[in-house]
Amino acid sequence: MKKNLFQNMKKTSRKNLVTYLICFSFFAAVRIMGATDNLTRHFSSLLVPICINVILAVSLNLVIGFLGELSLGHAGFMSVGAYAGCLFAIKFKEILPAAVRLPLAMLVGGMVAALFGLLVGIPVLRLKGDYLAIVTLAFGEILRSVIINLNFTGGASGLKGTPQDATFTAGFAAVILTLFVILNLADSKHGRAIMSLRENAIAASSVGINANGYKLMVFSLSAFFAGIAGVLYGSSVSILSASTFDYNKSIEILVMVVLGGMGSIRGSVIAAALITILPESMRALADYRMLIYALALIVMMILGTSEKFMLLRHALSPRRLLSKAVKHFRYKKEGQNNG
Amino acid sequence: MKKFLSVFMAGVMACGMLTACSGNSDSQTEGKVLYIGGSGPLTGDYATYGTSVKQGAELAMEEINAAGGVNGYTVYVKVEDDQADPLQAVSAYASLMDDGMNVSLGGTTSGACIAVSEEAYKDGLLMLTPSGSQKECTQYDNGFRVCFQDPDQGKYAAKFIKDNNVGSKVAILYEKSNDYSVGIYENFAATAEEVGLEVVTTQAFTDQSNQDFSVQLQAVKNSGADLLFMPFYAQQAAYVLTQADSMGLDVVFFGVDGMDGILEKIGRENQHLTEGVMLLTPFAASSTEENVVSFVNRYKSKYNAVPDQFAADAYDAVYAIVEAFKTAGVETDDETFNEKMIAAMTQITVEGVTGTMQWTAEGEPNKEASAVVIKDGAYVTYQDYTA
Repeated sequence: MKKNLFQNMKKTSRKNLVTYLICFSFFAAVRIMGATDNLTRHFSSLLVPICINVILAVSLNLVIGFLGELSLGHAGFMSVGAYAGCLFAIKFKEILPAAVRLPLAMLVGGMVAALFGLLVGIPVLRLKGDYLAIVTLAFGEILRSVIINLNFTGGASGLKGTPQDATFTAGFAAVILTLFVILNLADSKHGRAIMSLRENAIAASSVGINANGYKLMVFSLSAFFAGIAGVLYGSSVSILSASTFDYNKSIEILVMVVLGGMGSIRGSVIAAALITILPESMRALADYRMLIYALALIVMMILGTSEKFMLLRHALSPRRLLSKAVKHFRYKKEGQNNG
Repeated sequence: MKKFLSVFMAGVMACGMLTACSGNSDSQTEGKVLYIGGSGPLTGDYATYGTSVKQGAELAMEEINAAGGVNGYTVYVKVEDDQADPLQAVSAYASLMDDGMNVSLGGTTSGACIAVSEEAYKDGLLMLTPSGSQKECTQYDNGFRVCFQDPDQGKYAAKFIKDNNVGSKVAILYEKSNDYSVGIYENFAATAEEVGLEVVTTQAFTDQSNQDFSVQLQAVKNSGADLLFMPFYAQQAAYVLTQADSMGLDVVFFGVDGMDGILEKIGRENQHLTEGVMLLTPFAASSTEENVVSFVNRYKSKYNAVPDQFAADAYDAVYAIVEAFKTAGVETDDETFNEKMIAAMTQITVEGVTGTMQWTAEGEPNKEASAVVIKDGAYVTYQDYTA
């Protein structure tokens, strides 16, 4: 049987293609719904937050899933990026048009966050596991305190006056860029080196992999994208206050990564979108909303790790069902021919 | 596996039924409806504020509808949860807009309210926030508020202390990580300098060190101050009063409206500590004004709690919107509805439980700030106390 292009691809490229397809079809579906007036105001208000959370989850997954280190300071990187990018955008409010301002602000925010990622990365190189988690957690809290005590960040009352440039298209472009960089990195020589560090750092070092260099790279790259997400956040809400970026925010991002599966980029994308939509879609439940949201998270976590459920999911996967149907159809056809 | 699945399915169905139930209770009354929507933290760290706003606003709705509505309309109030998060507040606003909201109550907390004000401005909707006290909450023409703006409270407090000679050497303790506290502090300090009030020391704390105040209070004691200005919330104020007592700090404690609720926070056994504590607030639940008494009684019988500042502000906000609706005399589906409502806001006078109010075009209420003093576990007005 002649294989088609899709089947000829490397397995990882095929997987990545599906991830891109999911994103693009979501984008297309939203655009079509928008054009045909089927998009509610409520849902469209969630589009940019979905993009923000997807970028955050995917970039944190790089540290947790690929490098295998637990970082609890992702909200800290996000806040640094957000403040840097928004201050830049405010400065150039009158000078640059929105189409130029937002990408530049994202670049500035991302670079500054990456710099902080590097700064944290250096002491963090000596730590592992729980200790690393504690240091990153502390880092996030320190940043928050510093931001509150500075004047040019607006202090406790928050930074106001950032131009509201973020659109779904811009957010979507940022998501695709993030996916492109991280998926390609994971599939490259560097990605394999990073994963080898996760599996066994000593063995990896013995074959000449520069552990410190790669850890620094992952930390700053992950921070870079967190910074971009921060700028997107700052450009979609008219007030940026430091209290948003507390450790609860870091935990929320961690939940997305764990729920989607560590090391699975597609999982992070879907989980991030789901976790953004879920609490909002339950507004009709009024007082029970947060209770049921928590319950739903617990159920999802249990099902996600339950072997039996995985078997069931495997048995019900679209591809399997399709091939089953095809087999069944062929069998029938052959039976008819024979008979 | 089967058992697990069945439990899971039962859970899903239970959720579905809950949705159905709450759907029923939310169903709007037949006929013409004036839909007032708002958001506040009903869950999370600041849940008390949002819950108060929701209850105050819903009480006003019931009263107005029981009295036959307004202009042939029934009033419908819905307060959504935003957990004091700007992003969620915007989503809540969007969901209310889908629902057909006519007038917005904005957000309960300042940050959320600023985010909502941006959206309401784009829609041209009238927004009257009960408690968004930061300056930017009413930055646009369509934004109004019931509470005092943070800076104004600081100004009033400094003037009050100077005019009534409550203290001459003032110490300040404020929460550096809280926008409300910082806003009041800055303006208090500026006005104090203006009117010639001597500030002997300024101490600060943050939300990470808000239980032990011994260092700051010792500094206040050493400075020889005779009045301590405390622009923060009741919980921390309760700690401060207890610790000040144990170190023998003898000053006049002067708070602002956030300190409302101090009597409940400090508890009955420590009530003697609050003796002589002063606070500047437009609303006192123990006031003897006729409308306040009836509001407090109805609130108590419905929710089994004493209404605080937030509940009173929300109650007044709904009445103000209804008053504006009456004055504007416009149908909700009229093209000029928003315009006329916003114009009417500056024409109306509302005799609310937080005072008699008129609004400036900037969205600020003109109302009296009165100081109350705690005497034997109850608020009395400053005039009564000194007389």
